[in-house]
Amino acid sequence: MSDVPVQARPELHDTILYLDGVSVSFDGFKALNDLSFYVEVGELRAVIGPNGAGKTTMMDVVTGKTRPDRGQVEFNGGIDLTQLDEAAIANLGIGRKFQKPTVFEEHTVFDNLELALAGARGVFGSLFARLGAASRERIDGVLETTALISHRDRRAGDLSHGQKQWLEIGMLLMQDPELLLVDEPAAGMTDEETEQTAALLTRIAGSRSVVVVEHDMAFVRGLGCRVTVLHEGAVLAEGTLDAVQNDARVVEVYLGR
Amino acid sequence: MAVRSVLVDLLAGNRGGQILLAVLLAAVVVVPISNLLLPADSVLHVPTYVVSLMGKYLTFALLALSVDLIWGYAGVLSLGHGAFFALGGYAMGMYMMRQIGDRGVYGHPELPDFMVFLDWKELPWYWHGFDWFPFAMVMALVVPGALALVFGWFAFRSRVTGVYLSIITQAMTFALMLAFFRNDMGFGGNNGLTDFKELLGFNLQADGTRVALFCASAAAVALGYLLGRFIVRSRAGRVLVAVRDAETRVRFLGYRVEHYKLFVFVLSAMLAGLAGALYVPQVGIINPSEFAPAASIEIVVWVAVGGRGSLYGAVLGAILVNYAKTVFTGALPDMWLFVLGALFIAVTLFLPKGIVGTVPVFKRAGVRWRRRPGRARSPDSAP
Repeated sequence: MSDVPVQARPELHDTILYLDGVSVSFDGFKALNDLSFYVEVGELRAVIGPNGAGKTTMMDVVTGKTRPDRGQVEFNGGIDLTQLDEAAIANLGIGRKFQKPTVFEEHTVFDNLELALAGARGVFGSLFARLGAASRERIDGVLETTALISHRDRRAGDLSHGQKQWLEIGMLLMQDPELLLVDEPAAGMTDEETEQTAALLTRIAGSRSVVVVEHDMAFVRGLGCRVTVLHEGAVLAEGTLDAVQNDARVVEVYLGR
Repeated sequence: MAVRSVLVDLLAGNRGGQILLAVLLAAVVVVPISNLLLPADSVLHVPTYVVSLMGKYLTFALLALSVDLIWGYAGVLSLGHGAFFALGGYAMGMYMMRQIGDRGVYGHPELPDFMVFLDWKELPWYWHGFDWFPFAMVMALVVPGALALVFGWFAFRSRVTGVYLSIITQAMTFALMLAFFRNDMGFGGNNGLTDFKELLGFNLQADGTRVALFCASAAAVALGYLLGRFIVRSRAGRVLVAVRDAETRVRFLGYRVEHYKLFVFVLSAMLAGLAGALYVPQVGIINPSEFAPAASIEIVVWVAVGGRGSLYGAVLGAILVNYAKTVFTGALPDMWLFVLGALFIAVTLFLPKGIVGTVPVFKRAGVRWRRRPGRARSPDSAP
């Protein structure tokens, strides 16, 4: 963590996410190999790397989808994530956006956001749940942020690919998480949408921590944040985009393939 | 007033539900008048056997509704709901067996005939209490519910989904069928429970009892529909649909998917148990064939034909398919299974949304037709 920080945030030195010595293997293939990775509170971080570098597996480990074979995964000052399931981790304040936009296609845009709204998650609570005026306003606020306000009552399955990506980001915002893990948000987007998405994520960071996995270098440049390069399940380089792009090892990994 | 506003809320903008409740209400008024008050030679007289046949269809409708709740909304394809239905039926059958008292063929003061035949000396412990109607009715709900709770807890916690879940539900009902076939289980073995005389002191052969059972079945379908509608319209119901369409997403939003599935599975099993309890007095017998895997698959066909995910579609499908079954098994008894199979294939290929899901498609096509350029009306003036 001693590299040059892109944005100076002297007051934010606590780590929100702490992975140390994490290894995961599937049938002998080491998806993560002694990975150590830290994210600070309020930080925006981009993670890049070739296919199979372990980016998605890392997110799976953090969100409880995959149990690591070894290593420490801690959130927000010592909460051990390896012992918790997906729902418990989500309720701690970790939101995740999938690579393929995953929204509830049969529900309206509004209902998608309502289901994501932070609050009671129990069966009986939600059986009798009523949506208050404050919650409605919050949903409308997120609809504005994600430019979906005019699509409020449309079936989510009828949205365009880019709009679905935004709706899913909106659902993350409704969860009000402290840490967002965002997997390839710009995939399949037009250049303009890509730019807007980068701006949106930059706005979100600061009040929350955001980790973005992305292939699109223009998009990563638009984020203007620290970049971590993963390769074969471990960190290869970390720093500004320019610094890592000029790193000889990174060049070899990307061009040597 | 509160009840009324809830009713209005559940039925507003829901044409199918409004029609269903109106038809059930009309049936509850018309059928008793027609059967009990009109003379037997009147054209409008409904014979008692028809009343019981319709009552049986209604219990199947409630069973289909319970399957739609778990399959149409939560996306869990249960191929074992016949087991919950049969368990509810057995609870009611045990009550009615106890009501026979000493009027059995062997005239034993306490033991049902089949136990005398097996030379049993006393009532097994699990038959105690079933001479009391409220206890038997509670058991008709609790036993299927408890089985669903235990089975579902293991299955959903281990994240068994899709076709694997369907297969183990088939295995569950098959295992129960084999168990109930055994004489030493104490449920009448192969023959099951039959020769019932009375229910709550009313003669089961009497027209009035038959009509009352029909009305109770109609009321159960109505209440089951309203309960189901309440659930699917709540936020919990929308979570269920979300689970059906993107289960992983729901987990990452912080919902415990297995709790939601378990809740609706148990509730659905209890509704199926209630349906079974109403079915047995109207057909006069319950035996292990109700546990047959094919019987559970048939329920799924009813729901698929009617259209899953609407609740009233399941009711419609159950009644239509069973009416067709009555007609076909009368005319060409050997052909029914082929007809059922063909129906399932035809519905899957041509009506994937079932009957109620296909009606709106025709409506839209009709609107497009009316709005064709060249027709006098402009699109804006169309109603």
